[in-house]
Amino acid sequence: MSALLLDRLQFAFTIGFHFIFAPLSIGLSVLLVLAERRYYRSGLEVDRHASSFWLKLLVATVAIGVATGVPMEFSFGTNWSSYSRFVGGVFGAPLAIEGLLAFFLESTFIGVLIFGRKRVSKRFYYLSAWLVTIGAHLSAVWILVANSWQQTPAGYEVVDGRAELTSVWSAVINYSTVPRILHTVFAAWVIGAFVVISISAYYILKGKHLQFAHRSLPSAIVVGLVAAVMMPVIGHWSAVIVSTHQPAKLAAMEGLYRSRDGAPLYLLGWVDTGGERVIGPYLPNMLSALADLDPYSEVKGLDAFEGSTPPVQIVFQSWHLMVALGMLFVLVMLIAGWLLWRRRLAYHRWFLWIMVVAVPLPWVATMAGWSTAEVGRQPWVVYNLMRTSQGASPTVTATQVASTLSLFVLIYALLFIAWMWVVTGIVRKGPDKVPVEVPHGAGVALAEAGAGAAAAGAPKEVTS
Amino acid sequence: MSLQWVWFALVGVLLAIYAATGGYDLGIGVLYPFLARSDAEKGVLRQSIGPVWDGNQVWLLVLGGALFGAFPLAYADALSAFYLAVMLILFGLILRAVSLEFHGHGSPVLKEVFDAGIFLGSLLPALLFGVAVGNLVEGIGMRAGRGGPQTTSSGLFSLLTPYTLLVGLAGLAVFLVMGSSWAALKTEGDLQRRSVAARSAMQIVLFVLVVALTALTAVNDIAKEQLSNGLGGPAGWIMLAVLIGGLVYARWGMLKKDDWQAFVGAVVTVAGLAGVGAAGLYPDLIRSDSGDGLAVTVSNAASGHLTLVLMLVVALIAVPVVLAYSIYVNRVFSGRIAPQDLEY
Repeated sequence: MSALLLDRLQFAFTIGFHFIFAPLSIGLSVLLVLAERRYYRSGLEVDRHASSFWLKLLVATVAIGVATGVPMEFSFGTNWSSYSRFVGGVFGAPLAIEGLLAFFLESTFIGVLIFGRKRVSKRFYYLSAWLVTIGAHLSAVWILVANSWQQTPAGYEVVDGRAELTSVWSAVINYSTVPRILHTVFAAWVIGAFVVISISAYYILKGKHLQFAHRSLPSAIVVGLVAAVMMPVIGHWSAVIVSTHQPAKLAAMEGLYRSRDGAPLYLLGWVDTGGERVIGPYLPNMLSALADLDPYSEVKGLDAFEGSTPPVQIVFQSWHLMVALGMLFVLVMLIAGWLLWRRRLAYHRWFLWIMVVAVPLPWVATMAGWSTAEVGRQPWVVYNLMRTSQGASPTVTATQVASTLSLFVLIYALLFIAWMWVVTGIVRKGPDKVPVEVPHGAGVALAEAGAGAAAAGAPKEVTS
Repeated sequence: MSLQWVWFALVGVLLAIYAATGGYDLGIGVLYPFLARSDAEKGVLRQSIGPVWDGNQVWLLVLGGALFGAFPLAYADALSAFYLAVMLILFGLILRAVSLEFHGHGSPVLKEVFDAGIFLGSLLPALLFGVAVGNLVEGIGMRAGRGGPQTTSSGLFSLLTPYTLLVGLAGLAVFLVMGSSWAALKTEGDLQRRSVAARSAMQIVLFVLVVALTALTAVNDIAKEQLSNGLGGPAGWIMLAVLIGGLVYARWGMLKKDDWQAFVGAVVTVAGLAGVGAAGLYPDLIRSDSGDGLAVTVSNAASGHLTLVLMLVVALIAVPVVLAYSIYVNRVFSGRIAPQDLEY
């Protein structure tokens, strides 16, 4: 294998692995703030244990996120030195800013959350939870600023073979920055919400930690519902920007080989790459309508970008998979929201089981959407400016990359096992138990929900 | 005084801050199996860096980002030229991070694996950072490239010469001085007494290594020539004074049993070492080992004016804020830790 291919595999593997944990950290941090807010307001022990429980999960996740994030900061220099030399003047700054504004907040105050419960005031502890969450989100913002510049570069000029910044505003808020940030952050919220809902639903089904589960579910369902419903809206915005600024990517997403008026939108399908066509059900004129608000407008096909087209099958399939899953999440969260509102969640065990096992799906959707964006950007590492093949380090050999890639695979496999093991341990142990205490006001709903679960076959003892 | 010079100084400052903060937790990690004699003592050592090591490590990430943004050529050339060494550092940091964070969840066997991970994961970076600096001083293979000079090699063993190994050992020694000084500051009882003894011994080792390094630099034609440019100037003498001042201040603190002063002295020492290296390099960032005058310099590596201004503005606002809340949080966790205080 060539050094270039190995560089690409190593980057894809290490960033892909990192991206299992980064969005979960963001999503869980939001739900941790909400949990700590409940404790801050109620002062109930059950709420403190709930907050500590979600913190444990967040800490285990952030630990892997941090450990696997460190190599990313340096990977552009180690494996992509030609790319780094070219883009550093624009691309490096957001990485430095990310560290200063985001990583410090997150790492410093998560230290307070882990070690400081007895050392700081309740108010400062709650504030620390907020700062961790803000840090996690700022981190997403700045890395996505850098990524968006790769996708839709702006605010620069090329001087002596290097990109030089000419406008901070245009480079930072380039064409795709804002929808990309919103799309990614909401995806992270969906992941966080699904994890919290899954664990809470599991406890309800098993008749364990009922009070805890019923106090964790509402905020997770609200966060998940808001995020899931926002996704298609922002996704559409993103797709319109792709159609304007990265038309070759859009053509690959829909397998549109030849430019045409009134282009169709496939619901699903298989790209016959030899015959240059897509087999599958489609909505006529819909792609034109969505891209331009005009069902008869022309959409550029892959034939307009000879020699600079991405791998069509991967982009087509990952894009359609993401959309299908996104729609499923809207449906599932609407049902969850309805059942929560009607206070009937605990009666519908089939639905709780669905929520328990559906937990990997938001990751699948996120990875698929991300593949659409990054594979769809190929063959460019900076869109229309630099090809991926021109970006690798000329001095680093295939043997060297092969050896580091093997080590990454080995170490990350062990990390994944360790993380799964720790997380299942945390879930199996559950939150610390407290003597039954039912708060005023919420009592009816809880008693009802608890009774519901009990009626559905759960043991009658009420634990936290 | 140009913006490029300011950024060179700022990168130096970031390096010094990382060495001063990350240095003591790396040192704790290397000393960990030797200082602690029981599980409780190990727990104390882990907790002494538990709330802060992650934040300390962010300085390294900021240093990487700042180098990338301000001097992209230096970032790209140094990291690709030191490819395998950098990867070993990164694997070390991964191992360490996970071992520290997951230790509390481990079974007895796993705890031993994590103990080894903390040691090895700290040793690799603590040693290799210095080896990399040694290579910057001695110079590495370079050729003219697109957009500026470019490094030519990426191996590991080519990085290991007697000179670079000695710089690596000196770096390790200063981290050990810092680590033992931190342990002496944060612990009680037998563990504290052992830390005090280690602190004193390690500082003598460091002193010997610095003297040996100076002697070897004097007889090493390449290193001498490389360093003489920068070290001859006032910056070089000031940094040398900082280094010696740090050593003396720390020793004075040790003699009067002032643990806080000994730790501050160790921090000043490492800042002085970083400063001597930076002053010796200026105006080069990476240079050729073959005397052909090729070098990635402050001027040919720097990004454009606007990038440097943007990053400077952000740094001037953010760094004081970060320092303020880091110090505040450090104060929350100040004080010695007894085994019965273990929380995590």
